Amino acid sequence: MGLTVEKIGIDKANLEVFSETLQALAANDKDIVAVTSDSRGSGKLAPFGQKFPKQIVEIGIAEQNLVGVAAGLASAGKKAFAVSPACFLTARALEQIKNDVAYSDNPVKLVGISAGVSYGALGTTHHSLHDYAVLRAINNLIIVAPADNFETEQAIRKAAELKQPIYLRFGKKVMPLLTPEEESDFAFGKGRIIREGEDLVIIANGETVYPALQAAKKLESEFDITTTVISMHTIKPLDYDLLAYVALSGKAIITVEEHSVYGGLGEACASYLLQNRFHNPFKLMGIPDEYTVTGSQTEILSHYGISEKGIAEAALKLLERL
Amino acid sequence: MLWEINALLKLPFRGWGHNMTEKELAIKSIAYRKNILKYIYGAKAGHTGGSLSCIDILTVLYNHTMNVGPHNFKSPDRDRYIQSKGHCVEALFVVLADKGFFPESDLETLCKYKSHYIGHPTRKVHGIEQNTGALGHGLPISVGTAIAAKMDNKDFRVFTLLGDGELPEGSNWEAALTAAHYKLDNLCAIIDHNKLQISGTTAEVCNTDPIDGKFESFGWEVRHVNGHDFKALKETFQALPFATDKPSLVIAHTVKGKGISYMENVLKWHHGVPTPDQYANAMEELDGALADL
Ligand SMILES: [Mg+2]
Repeated sequence: MGLTVEKIGIDKANLEVFSETLQALAANDKDIVAVTSDSRGSGKLAPFGQKFPKQIVEIGIAEQNLVGVAAGLASAGKKAFAVSPACFLTARALEQIKNDVAYSDNPVKLVGISAGVSYGALGTTHHSLHDYAVLRAINNLIIVAPADNFETEQAIRKAAELKQPIYLRFGKKVMPLLTPEEESDFAFGKGRIIREGEDLVIIANGETVYPALQAAKKLESEFDITTTVISMHTIKPLDYDLLAYVALSGKAIITVEEHSVYGGLGEACASYLLQNRFHNPFKLMGIPDEYTVTGSQTEILSHYGISEKGIAEAALKLLERL
Repeated sequence: MLWEINALLKLPFRGWGHNMTEKELAIKSIAYRKNILKYIYGAKAGHTGGSLSCIDILTVLYNHTMNVGPHNFKSPDRDRYIQSKGHCVEALFVVLADKGFFPESDLETLCKYKSHYIGHPTRKVHGIEQNTGALGHGLPISVGTAIAAKMDNKDFRVFTLLGDGELPEGSNWEAALTAAHYKLDNLCAIIDHNKLQISGTTAEVCNTDPIDGKFESFGWEVRHVNGHDFKALKETFQALPFATDKPSLVIAHTVKGKGISYMENVLKWHHGVPTPDQYANAMEELDGALADL
């Protein structure tokens, strides 16, 4: 049971790439500041703290204060990365995100680590299946879930220079590169076409893009179904141009996300498509509104069909091939 | 007599840290009180009692203590003022108008459709540092700003005004820990301690006494001051920081509704709006106070 990981080079967890990228940036920019809530360990930021002791602000376990302090730092010109597990950052400190960051327009970089069900068997207290939903409803906040190491590094580098609040969300699982790096391009608000096909479109983000890609390969080799796979790393602002482009041919569309089926990527896509007269066959995959099954991240995702096998099966059903 | 007062009120901005006398500050604060009432009366909305309790503190901060005005508001070296008790924005608006951040006539749009002069501070208004209104937010943001100053070896100071009713918000205590941990002697929090909040006395609603002992145990240096005594306020702020390597807390003992006898210590004036008669009485009382100076 679980995801088949096909390695393309030396892959790391996006979390690790975040830490390395932040260190690379901090070496040349004293305004790069990491703000942590006893999350140096879980955020892989211990080396950052050792190398740049004057550029880390340890708050202790106090997420509201973490975000408020980061807002103050940002208002005084610091490129503040507020790092905390996504579950706490976007629930405990939601009012600070809404008011101190987004409404006050302090360009804090909110970094939700170990997002979705990354914490697996630690349970619902540690899962963040609500963050897209609540944050999408807050004005003036870019929301990004990078899929692989390339997207993560790009997102961190671009976030550092951003003059607007942003929320970045990723997990701690080793993620294979989706495409050769030299062929890749990354910009917030622009989805990436990972693979192009004729019969189906899968729009995924974060750690679900990889199983979507695996499913696409399986569909081609076993059923001669070719699939376009998109990494829709930016949930807000959503890439409407790309959505319209892939929807235009009337192909079936599947969305996949490590988030509640309510209020996330899938509903954002569906809302756009319906309001713009696209009536493509549509399937939304995510974590259903129920007491989440227990287990590891891979087990939980597979349980809800977010796996190579599960996504392929959903595709066959949607295409009425099952 | 009146021409003298008018001449004083029209004094141009003389830079920060100038020696405005206590009498000049008193005259200013009466003019501010009149404007607070005028614009709340015009808008038929506002936080009257709390604006009147904190206005003398703001009078001293903006006319004596802080290095901030329209001339340097874009400078990274300006002193920062972050009003945590955002609902008393009317007090801040009349001071900012007087300092020349915007024309006073802008306040005629207070709480009107499409006005940026709403019932809480927003950065859409020139001179406002942070959008506040939800309570317990000013101190953490101020702590972050003060940490940034320390990182950059800058001399600016951060002032934040809290209501006594917002002290139960846990984020204040989280930030109080961080302020002491990082030895933020460039931070000054002021509590407008009028002993009242919307549904009763602070002692009845959630007793936070002793405030001084709590903050001291968190590592702050605390001073008490009469929040309506200009000399005492000036001296208190001149003494900042109260201790090297420690954040400073000023517990300003104030009277909610101060200056309008029928409003003083009366709960309903938390966000009461005067009737035409009450408004006329209030203005008359303030004119009398001005004449008596
Ligand atoms: Mg009070």
